[in-house]
Amino acid sequence: MLAAENLSLTRGGVQVVTGISATLAPGQITAIVGPNGAGKSSLLLALAGLLAPTSGRAALDGADLAAMPPRQRAQAIGYLPQVPDIAWDVAVENLVTLGRLPWRDRGTAAVEAAIAALALEPLRRRPASRLSGGERARVLLARVLAGEPRWILADEPLAALDLAHQLSLIAHFKTCAQAGQGVAVVLHDLALAMNHADRVLVLDAKGDGGRLESTVVADGPPATALSPDVIGRVWGVAAHWLGQPGARALVSGNPQASGV
Amino acid sequence: MNRANLVFAALLAVLLPLSLLAGRVWINPFDVAGGGVANAALILAELRLPRAVLAIVVGAGLGAAGAAMQGYLRNPLADPGLFGIAPMAALGAVASFWLGAIIPPAWAGWSLPLLALIGAGTGMAALALIAGRTSSDGASGFGGGAGGGIALFTLAGLMIASLAGALTALAITLAPNPFALSEIVMWLNGALTDRSWREAAIAAPLVAAGIAVLGLAARSLDALTLGEEAARSMGLDPGRLLGLLVVGVGLTVGAGVAVAGIIGFVGLVVPHLVRPLTDRLPSSLIGPSALAGACLVLAADSILRILPLVTELRLGIALSLIGAPFFLWLLIRMRRGSL
Repeated sequence: MLAAENLSLTRGGVQVVTGISATLAPGQITAIVGPNGAGKSSLLLALAGLLAPTSGRAALDGADLAAMPPRQRAQAIGYLPQVPDIAWDVAVENLVTLGRLPWRDRGTAAVEAAIAALALEPLRRRPASRLSGGERARVLLARVLAGEPRWILADEPLAALDLAHQLSLIAHFKTCAQAGQGVAVVLHDLALAMNHADRVLVLDAKGDGGRLESTVVADGPPATALSPDVIGRVWGVAAHWLGQPGARALVSGNPQASGV
Repeated sequence: MNRANLVFAALLAVLLPLSLLAGRVWINPFDVAGGGVANAALILAELRLPRAVLAIVVGAGLGAAGAAMQGYLRNPLADPGLFGIAPMAALGAVASFWLGAIIPPAWAGWSLPLLALIGAGTGMAALALIAGRTSSDGASGFGGGAGGGIALFTLAGLMIASLAGALTALAITLAPNPFALSEIVMWLNGALTDRSWREAAIAAPLVAAGIAVLGLAARSLDALTLGEEAARSMGLDPGRLLGLLVVGVGLTVGAGVAVAGIIGFVGLVVPHLVRPLTDRLPSSLIGPSALAGACLVLAADSILRILPLVTELRLGIALSLIGAPFFLWLLIRMRRGSL
């Protein structure tokens, strides 16, 4: 279990999250959604043990992440940052191997498995500068998978991807969850959360000026956590869902007006 | 990694004997072997060899420090001078010219490198202090706030460099006598002329220790390839990395300046020569950059020695003359996106 326990966070001297509690379960995909500035990325960073809370704690199987040796934490929790940021023109194979750093080994089997899982074999020797955006996203996810973490935390991994790449990356997250890994992703696209997450955590920030109180306003299966009522309250947008479960589309506007 | 190490080790193995034979007086290897010319052995053992060893030591330190700094700042335009340690060491050395009158003659040979090392140490301590202050409010070393700890720390290093530079300029304008003035100015443009085994003995162990410390940072620098947050998620300890870098760069650059004065551009340029021969990860660069730095300084110093000039061109000036155009070419290439 990966848990936020009454967590409060500050970034750059500004309170961004106040008193959030949530427990993530392994074997499922948890989508963290909310408006801009709701504290989604900060919560994810804290759950990854990369942002120390000002009060409360983030805990892995009951152990405080802040007190855990960095390597032990890194072996358990893989974190995929939002911005694909590769400083050197390193070949795909070597980038994926970086995922073994927490283990201090070459981890050949794990690296090969990650390369195979994300179909990177043909790109193996290609330098980072010659990858497309979608390819880069696959490589960086493969880097996380190569570390064989029990938890995969990804900050908007689908934001800059085309439809096909979004679906292919989601399929990888699903495979990971089926294999028993816990997956938490910050998403902006509510339809992706609705159709593919097992559970949705909706964050919202209320307050003024320097003190924002970010809270969990809904938590549960997508159909209930992302009901039109919640979307109306949190985003201030009148919207409703069309289509069948698993293939829903979000349409803004009044249901009566659009004839549903 | 092995390939780059081999290439530059082989190059060094070729350059070293050539450098020993080259100079105002060319030495015929058969003279020395046959014992024909007594002077030849003397020139080799007391002049050329210590100078070559010094060139290798200083160049290796600058090369390794440059590779580590570029890895740390994730920027191919970074230079070991950015930490401000070289200017601090230079300030210490300049102080020794000022104190020349009150230093006992027996100490005279040691006072300059010693004071330069004290300057470098002061610079390192200031950096450590700033690092402690800037990371104490943040969650974990890099600060986590806007801008990030690395950028803030680099600015602090630049301020130290600028302060040390201003104090050095002040020391020059207020020089006690014209002789000291010219000594200071000459010395600031690094050179390896008139050095002995004493300087080599001072610098070699410090530079070797510094390179070893930078080697300990290699894996953490690799992690930084994917950004600060990804690196920390892979278990990077930012405080430890910063400590290793300050000590490693302080030892290599500080010891280099203490015995040779300021030699620019080596740390900036060398990693670029090495990178195409490696997998481009910082850890693969440190060793080969040390070897390539040694090659570059040794070759440059040897060429200066045989140039038909009235007075020998200072090594620091010569390397800047080569380095600045190279740097411009690098910038143009980066604009084209082919770096």
